[in-house]
Amino acid sequence: MNKCTERLYNGIIKENPTFVLMLGMCPTLAVTTSAVNGVGMGLSTTVVLMMSNLLISALRNIIPDRVRIPAFIVVVASLVTVVQLLIQAYIPFLYDALGIYIPLIVVNCIILGRAEAYASKNGPAESAFDGIGMGLGFTIALTCIGAVRELLGSGAVFGFRVMPEAYEPITIFVMAPGAFFVLSILTALQNRFKAPSATNGSAPKSSLACGGDCSHCSGSICADNRRRLEAAADKKE
Amino acid sequence: MEKMLHVSSSPHVRDGVTTPVLMYDVIIAMLPAAAFGVYHFGFHALLVLLVTTAACVLSEYIYERLMGKPVTIKDGSAVITGMILALNMPPEIPLWIPVLGGVFAIIVVKQLYGGLGQNFMNPALAARCFLLISFAGRMSSFTLDGVTAATPLALMRSGEGADLTALFLGTIPGTIGEVSKLALLIGAAYLLIRRVITIRIPGTYILTFAVFMFLFGGMDLSYTLAQVLAGGLIFGAFFMATDYVTSPITAKGQILYGVFLGILTGVFRLWGGSPEGVSYAIILGNVVVPLIEKVTYPKAFGKEGK
Repeated sequence: MNKCTERLYNGIIKENPTFVLMLGMCPTLAVTTSAVNGVGMGLSTTVVLMMSNLLISALRNIIPDRVRIPAFIVVVASLVTVVQLLIQAYIPFLYDALGIYIPLIVVNCIILGRAEAYASKNGPAESAFDGIGMGLGFTIALTCIGAVRELLGSGAVFGFRVMPEAYEPITIFVMAPGAFFVLSILTALQNRFKAPSATNGSAPKSSLACGGDCSHCSGSICADNRRRLEAAADKKE
Repeated sequence: MEKMLHVSSSPHVRDGVTTPVLMYDVIIAMLPAAAFGVYHFGFHALLVLLVTTAACVLSEYIYERLMGKPVTIKDGSAVITGMILALNMPPEIPLWIPVLGGVFAIIVVKQLYGGLGQNFMNPALAARCFLLISFAGRMSSFTLDGVTAATPLALMRSGEGADLTALFLGTIPGTIGEVSKLALLIGAAYLLIRRVITIRIPGTYILTFAVFMFLFGGMDLSYTLAQVLAGGLIFGAFFMATDYVTSPITAKGQILYGVFLGILTGVFRLWGGSPEGVSYAIILGNVVVPLIEKVTYPKAFGKEGK
């Protein structure tokens, strides 16, 4: 498998940002009230993710290490503004449905995570494909969750009624608690069948936002904690 | 001699009261209200009661069987959950709704959190709110003698007065178990005499609510009294807010909890979207209980202050 298709496979299946890495939970829970919203949110994020990975990867040698996070955010925020204006102009119904969650793509941790873990260390082409892969993985996940919620909560999928007439929609599934029900049942199943997931500790470490390389990480709180834990463990021995 | 030198760790004094004994007391205490509900609303109310209770007990049995846990249906807690849920239903509800609620109460709210004693919310109330949000129309259409009627609370909302005697005796539309305050108070008296519950939570709850309604509802005594008697306040205060698992342990905590519930219910009833607010108030109270416990946890002898 060449590098680019490998990245796609990685993003969609192996390290699916929602199901495996458990990143970007806020939009996952908030906008998946219907399958269409899931697709819309997923694709907007995919575009931003691809472009930001591409740009950040191209700029990776110019951006000083100490200000890299603000620099990433500026790039991501500019892209999100572009996407937001485009959606508002051409798909107004989606713009109304997603509301505040479009500007909030800026702080979606999948985007910053990929910039930090992948784009800032690899070439532009692979990074772009990494963005597409992750974005599609996110889109698929959101669409699945959105479809389940829409099916239970309004008896339809993509707006088409699929449940029999006698089925009475359980409205709670299209409201905030429904998102938690669906996601938690899904996670429970993943844990039960030992499928890879951040909740059972089997998510691939290398793809965590910080790179998972605790021993060479410095300055962050998690590294400090790690050091303290190790010191405590040494003392015990 | 042998016996005198026997050393064991505390507790040394044991009581005959066990979980099933307490649970069956609560069931007995709910019987008057249930009986009145069936008498008042007719055969369908009895069906709702039986089916909901069966759904709760069965889902507890099936879940525990499937998960290989000890089966605890004999302790009566699932029966109570089923009864409370059924008593919270409108009398003409289609049977599948309380069944869905019962399964939700037992499996999602109770068992997924670890079974009896581990649930952070009252399962029956959580299920009621689940149903109320999901099927708003069906859950808030009340019928009496085959005719759809507005509950006294809804009437009071729109500015009409209420008949206090009817409110007390229960000849009004409402959910199956909440209508007759007389039957509920008989049950509550039984619980108090048997010392299954103390007056602290229901007392402070109702009192705070009454004061709140008096102050903010227009300084009107008969309105305040009608608010206390209408809706699920008495039922909620004695039977749902006193649930051992989801209420504070310390006396101070219980009083705080009652006051909190009273204010919340008052706020919901006066300014909330729907005329009733007892269920939501108790559910929110349940969630705050760990914080209350933290604040009111007594200092152990010999320990310094915080």
